[in-house]
Amino acid sequence: MRFVDEYRDPDLARALSAQIAALTEPGRHYKVMEVCGGHTHAIYRYGVHDLLPDNIELVHGPGCPVCVIPMGRVDDGIAIAEQPGVILTCFGDMMRVPGGRGSFLEANARGADIRMVYSPLDALRIARENPDRQVVFSAIGFETTAPSTALTVLRAEQEGVENFSVMCSHVTIIPAIKAILDSPDLRLDAFIGPGHVSTVIGCRPYEFIAREHGKPVVCAGFEPLDVLQSVHMIMRQLAESRCEVENQYGRVVRWDGNPLALKALSQVFELRPFFEWRGLGSIPQSALRFTAGYARFDAEQRFELPGVQVADPKACQCGEVLKGVLKPWECKVFGTACTPETPIGTCMVSSEGACAAYYNYGQYSRQRLDLQVL
Amino acid sequence: MCLAIPGQIAELLPEAGGQLAMVDVVGVKRKVNIGLLEGDLAPGDWVLIHVGFAMSKVDEREAAEALAVLEMMGQAFDEELQAVAESDPA
Ligand code: SF4
Repeated sequence: MRFVDEYRDPDLARALSAQIAALTEPGRHYKVMEVCGGHTHAIYRYGVHDLLPDNIELVHGPGCPVCVIPMGRVDDGIAIAEQPGVILTCFGDMMRVPGGRGSFLEANARGADIRMVYSPLDALRIARENPDRQVVFSAIGFETTAPSTALTVLRAEQEGVENFSVMCSHVTIIPAIKAILDSPDLRLDAFIGPGHVSTVIGCRPYEFIAREHGKPVVCAGFEPLDVLQSVHMIMRQLAESRCEVENQYGRVVRWDGNPLALKALSQVFELRPFFEWRGLGSIPQSALRFTAGYARFDAEQRFELPGVQVADPKACQCGEVLKGVLKPWECKVFGTACTPETPIGTCMVSSEGACAAYYNYGQYSRQRLDLQVL
Repeated sequence: MCLAIPGQIAELLPEAGGQLAMVDVVGVKRKVNIGLLEGDLAPGDWVLIHVGFAMSKVDEREAAEALAVLEMMGQAFDEELQAVAESDPA
């Protein structure tokens, strides 16, 4: 690893951390939301928050696709899988997400055939190999994975694979950020923009946050120094009373995103009028569904779905965690009834969920915080 | 699923209308779909891969950084690599 050291250079980190501290106004409390679960993981893993002055608080956002899947959607997937002749396929993270009738893993124990795949293309291959079965791909993810689903559907069309369909739970990041900006619970000063999602959508879609809400956005990479540097860029903007969209991750993210990915997305998908998010409720125009031209690949039209809303368990406070209102350890069941082995809520399932990241790495900083509270 | 795995293009394949390439992914040769970066790639190039699709072209330094980020994920990375090894996006 001859390149990486410079992204973990402790001297550089200390220097940046001192510069950040110098930019803060004494007596002011800053709240910066990192939208993406990948950043949440990096922050806890490396203790990035420990390098920030006490008056800069990093707040975890909704950018973990597994975390925002509502229980009713898991039940819909199980309802499809339980129909005769169906093979349901999904990403590994989905297997343990709890629904109202248990998880996919538990459905398998009752006789369903739900298989983990790495890529939607694997689901398409399974469809080719099993022409007498209906093969459904349970698609989840933000704009990072949605173009892959779109391209897979285009392949299925070209090859005429008729026993393949997709249950589309793809969500889009901008409406989730809007919902958070409109939520009265939370006063945020700035956003660390997601890295991989921005590879697809570019930086332009965030401009309304600066223009209409007066808050800086910096798209960031995933190394600890990337995160520190983006906090530095944010603090500079705030100190100079600027608010703009800046790109710290220009090494990968282009201002206009990936045009081929955006084209595939708009060919196959359109916005749904409403989609139910776990914890955030129903958000208008926040998820994708098939365009009329590709409706025959829509599992929701091919199969009958219960489509019922299932209330989250009483003890579950994932919604508050996803909005950044509660810290993971403030949830009453955190680490006791809810652990990565036996998750009650979704934020404990995926390694990018705030609760799982905090459970795995956060103990030290929690002690530190407890001391401050005392 | 949200992880970006770096890989180096070994060979562009004629199958699937030129949408596939053989890619060296952390020491293992895998087929990867390059349909989202079409026309832009040659053997030796580095890409970041999401769920079997090359999503962005990067330089060698960025590929090394992406790998370092993955290594910090620990078990999640091991599981992802295992999934990649079992995948066959032909
Ligand atoms: S501890 Fe469990 S139930 Fe509580 S917010 Fe986290 S994931 Fe949800």
